[in-house]
Amino acid sequence: MKTEPIMGGIANSAFDRCEPLLRAGNTNCGGCGMSIALNMISRAIADRPVQMVIPACCGIVTAGAFPMSAYGAPVVASTFAGAAAVATGLARVAQANGEKTRVMCFAGDGGTYDIGMATVSAVAERDEDVLYVCYDNEIYGNTGGQRSSATPVGASTSTTPTGKHHAKKDILSIMASHRIPYAASVSLAHVDDMMRKFRRALDTHGFRFLHILSPCPTGWKSEPAEGVQLIRQAVDSGLYPVIEIVDGTEYTINIEPSFSMDALRAFIEGQGRFTKSKIAVETVEAGVHKQWEVLRRQIASK
Amino acid sequence: MSTHLISANHASAEATILAARANRNARGFCSGVYPITPQTECIERLCSVNIEKGQVVRVESEHSAMGVCIGGSLSGARTFTASSSNGLAYMAENVFAAGFFRLPIVMMAVNRTLGPPWNIWVDHGDTLMLRDSGWIQLYCEDNQEVFDTTLLAYRLAEDARVFLPVMVCQDAFVLSHTMMMTDVPAQEQVDRFLPELDLPFRLTLEPRVVGELDFPHQTEMHRQQHIEAMKQVPAVYTEVQNEFEKAFGRRPPDAIVTYRMDDADIAIVSMGTTASTVRAAVDAARARGIKAGGVRVRMFRPLPAETIANVLRSCRRVAVVDRNLSPGLGGIVWGEIRGLVNPLAVVQNYLLGLGGGDIRPQHIDWIIQDVAARDQAGEPVFMEAGE
Repeated sequence: MKTEPIMGGIANSAFDRCEPLLRAGNTNCGGCGMSIALNMISRAIADRPVQMVIPACCGIVTAGAFPMSAYGAPVVASTFAGAAAVATGLARVAQANGEKTRVMCFAGDGGTYDIGMATVSAVAERDEDVLYVCYDNEIYGNTGGQRSSATPVGASTSTTPTGKHHAKKDILSIMASHRIPYAASVSLAHVDDMMRKFRRALDTHGFRFLHILSPCPTGWKSEPAEGVQLIRQAVDSGLYPVIEIVDGTEYTINIEPSFSMDALRAFIEGQGRFTKSKIAVETVEAGVHKQWEVLRRQIASK
Repeated sequence: MSTHLISANHASAEATILAARANRNARGFCSGVYPITPQTECIERLCSVNIEKGQVVRVESEHSAMGVCIGGSLSGARTFTASSSNGLAYMAENVFAAGFFRLPIVMMAVNRTLGPPWNIWVDHGDTLMLRDSGWIQLYCEDNQEVFDTTLLAYRLAEDARVFLPVMVCQDAFVLSHTMMMTDVPAQEQVDRFLPELDLPFRLTLEPRVVGELDFPHQTEMHRQQHIEAMKQVPAVYTEVQNEFEKAFGRRPPDAIVTYRMDDADIAIVSMGTTASTVRAAVDAARARGIKAGGVRVRMFRPLPAETIANVLRSCRRVAVVDRNLSPGLGGIVWGEIRGLVNPLAVVQNYLLGLGGGDIRPQHIDWIIQDVAARDQAGEPVFMEAGE
């Protein structure tokens, strides 16, 4: 087994992929949550054969310029809204030829919540054998930081300079409503839960959806080194529920938050993007409570 | 070989089913399909059969139909879809992607007027909108030609010297829903004609990015390769015609189809089914002692410029009949043809049958008289506007 220079200092395990998914020399910003996600997925893949489809997003810029590649796996750079459809073609032909290839879409929030929504929904409805990973930095990062429907209320972006007025779309509920075999939210700050979910998602058949809240120091106006800490605060405060949903019905809360106001305050104040709107921590807290009320009601009713 | 009374929509589907099955021992067949009038019967037929190692994915949009074809083709399968009009407009982004990826996808396009206002009848403006997408474009005149062209499109697209997608175009309703006696070969014949697809650049498990960032000089290089592939098409097409004739005993039409052009002073240039009306009008004009001839542009991309120039060399008057409109210019075919004629010739544009208006022999008679009387060309003539 080759060692991973970029993962120096972390022990290799039997679950690791020999070649890292994200190679050294990529041009991602320091502290990019997408880099962390790719490195962790790499450590879950082991020897499973994978093909990736990445639409227009920071993740395809990561690949670099022709003919080089920062990805240690085959990648199709698809059109912005087209990733899930292209993945369907790859998965169907692999299946028809008796191949065990795991086809994985790796897309941002813009390509998932917004422009790719219809395509993702259709692929989920058809239960294609595709793993769809949405790394959500809550912004159109690639174009310099515009609002998406994943941007939280109160966050400033270049198209909502005084802060966004509308609440973030609940993508996991939307995907779970398709009654897909597996949908889960992943915390980059909770390694055991994260790795278990990656492995389960890789080995489940049919359509699987993983949502990863992904810190973006450039867009969030936060310290690159604080990214994982911010995610931990988002989870602890209840802002980012870490759950999984099987067949659209079996809800499990994987990490019970402490609903700490301190964590919420630290999350808001640790980022420059909430400064201009002067959104009160109490306002965000009210949103968190409402979100959990709905979630607990959903769980009780299933 | 057996003969069936089928519509051109079904002709295209039958050809595709045979081509799909011919790839059963390779990586099979994959198709993303979405309905739109007047193409729907084609994909319905495709959805009604079982194809060994064949995948027909019922998607939610034309954009995704082409997306599935892109994925399937990158995985090495033979691929097909069909669309029309606004469906092609919605699909356009992925049509360009398929072209620039140089994937040997075959698409049957039924030419229909773009809306709004909504109009389901024939007009070539929809596929001509995609003329710069890097695809080969072939326009058909009858049902047998739609069948034959669909079948040979796979061989042309999948030729290692070409590797380009092919659009097989046919006129809405005039062909799509009209039933004609059509020869349909047996599977064994098609198996012999159509080699299994072997796409050397298909996605395997080797790390590689298909379609990543290009810097300007790399884009220039990739475009140059695209130009070179297009240049191969006319010669490869002739080879495919020969092989087709050997396999099935009939020869598909040439890239540029001429009618009584040997001594013609006046040429009537058209595309699609208009050409059969032109033939009738040419015969009538000849009977009156007017040396008229017909030229049908069957292959629009790559445009066989040299052939067209040769055919039109001695014509003093050229009438280009366009069933399409580029507002602010005129007809698109005229825009391309007028640079290829004898510089002393009169080249006049006629916009006829837009939005599916009937094209009758009398229209072409009038065009022949009009162009014969002209000493110089004028503005494009919009015939029967609003009548």
